[in-house]
Amino acid sequence: MADEQKPGGSEAPSPPAGEGAKPPAKPAADAAKPPPPKPAAPPKPPATMAATPWDSALARSVKERFGDGILATSTYLGQDFVVTKPDSAMPVLEYLKLDADFDYLVDITAVDWPKRAERFDLVYIVYSFPHNQRARIKVQIADGFEPRTATGVHLTANWLEREVFDMFGIRFAGHPDLRRILMPEDWQGYPLRKDYGILQQDVRWVQENLGIESGQ
Amino acid sequence: MPDTFLDSTELILNMGPQHPSTHGVLRVILKLDGEKILGTDCVIGYLHRGVEKIAENRTYTQFNPYVDRMDYVAAVSNGLGYCLAVEKLLNVQAPPRAQVVRVILTELNRIASHLLWLGTHALDIGAITPVFYCFREREEALKIFEQYCGARLTTHAFRIGGLQYETYEGFERDVKEFCEMFPPKVDEYEELLTNNRIWAGRLKGVGILNGDDCKEYGVTGPVLRAAGVKWDLRKAQPYSGYEQYDFEIPTRENGDTYDRYIVRMQEMRQSVRIMEQAVEGIPAGPIMGKVGKVIKPPVGEAYVSIEAPKGELGYYVVSDGSTQPYRVRVRPPSYINLQALDKMVRGALIADVVAVIGTLDIVLGEVDR
Repeated sequence: MADEQKPGGSEAPSPPAGEGAKPPAKPAADAAKPPPPKPAAPPKPPATMAATPWDSALARSVKERFGDGILATSTYLGQDFVVTKPDSAMPVLEYLKLDADFDYLVDITAVDWPKRAERFDLVYIVYSFPHNQRARIKVQIADGFEPRTATGVHLTANWLEREVFDMFGIRFAGHPDLRRILMPEDWQGYPLRKDYGILQQDVRWVQENLGIESGQ
Repeated sequence: MPDTFLDSTELILNMGPQHPSTHGVLRVILKLDGEKILGTDCVIGYLHRGVEKIAENRTYTQFNPYVDRMDYVAAVSNGLGYCLAVEKLLNVQAPPRAQVVRVILTELNRIASHLLWLGTHALDIGAITPVFYCFREREEALKIFEQYCGARLTTHAFRIGGLQYETYEGFERDVKEFCEMFPPKVDEYEELLTNNRIWAGRLKGVGILNGDDCKEYGVTGPVLRAAGVKWDLRKAQPYSGYEQYDFEIPTRENGDTYDRYIVRMQEMRQSVRIMEQAVEGIPAGPIMGKVGKVIKPPVGEAYVSIEAPKGELGYYVVSDGSTQPYRVRVRPPSYINLQALDKMVRGALIADVVAVIGTLDIVLGEVDR
């Protein structure tokens, strides 16, 4: 598409703007980059997030309380997160809210890893007003698994979960109003799944509702 | 009284998506008993462009301009949040000069965003004059953006690692002049509105959302502060050097539409204060940090959020080590604040819906993304 060309073109003027910083950065980047592309391709698979264990009073108390339900407590770039088993996510969220003052559910979102058996990462971002602290709860779930809704713990989960359902097709058990929110209600397919192409669309919906052959 | 005396059936009324006071294409379905609201249902998505999907199919640099199209009246804030998130993944920081210019432009953008809110909100309530005043001053802010980067709305002002452009000659002078010119204009708006009986009558006690409800609904920004919660990410978790500046977080107690008006007015004054301090000491030096030409963050993830004019704007970026983001999730303040609309208007009158939509200060480009 024409659009493909444009961003590439806009990158061209960038070198002059960053002139001051470039000379030192360039040799390092050049030295590191040209060799890796070919040899780096095979050693890439083991590349995982270089997270370190998160050790704090809170992490310990969560582990103590939920035992096997907690798979890991880690920190990466100074951001803490707890990986839990699917069934433990809600109890942990509830515990964090009621006993650890994480009273603000910032966001719920998902990440699709189609090659993994547990296809989706479900991510809850929480914040504590009293402690000015953030944390994330991460859960790995398989396609078709229905995680429990968080609406009973935080009201804001309502629309957030509707969006996750809309974009990824993850159904939340016990959600009071699980309808699509951004896409049309009778749209087929879940756009943010990795196997949903960027140009893909629900042709039937487009033809029936917009009266055109194709939206492209 | 028997039901048959007066017909007491409920009425379903559709408002929008084409409606001047929904500030874009928002459709609200209202369930009414006479003029009283029994419930609402928001229908959104008319402006959905799949920004998060686009991100996965662009490089980190290519995606940068797209974020400006979400909250297009506060494009600079959108860009700042995204750049900070990718910088976090790369573990680099913008150089001091870039940080100060970022603060100036972001605060200028906050003023521009609040002015647009004030003008249209007043227009919705029935005050025609303020919108002309607001646009007059907003123009001055946009002129600075235009001189800086050639664009007025979708500025794409920042780059990952620093700034897109060096400041133009006379940038400091223009910002100083704006800072001098602007506070008396805020007095002017306040003269028109603050003690205006019609204004107060239409806003006081309308759309109350208390602090606990705000937290429960995840509502942030001026709406939260008007409910007495003194929380602003610029203070709570400073970024871009906000900790160097001396400014207040305006709060109010009642959490009604009038208090949110007062909070935003005071925020504009505080933004001027920050800009005044920042423009005094723009350090010399490079405007770009040490980022390669190809941006390729290591495998990992980060959530970074900033205090946008509407509330907490967050970016959750996941990198798989390639040149394209594996996932970009935007935590849009407008979307999440809009969810509280139902709570705020239940039991109120239909005319209050207009006031409450205005006071939430939503931008549908950001709600729908």
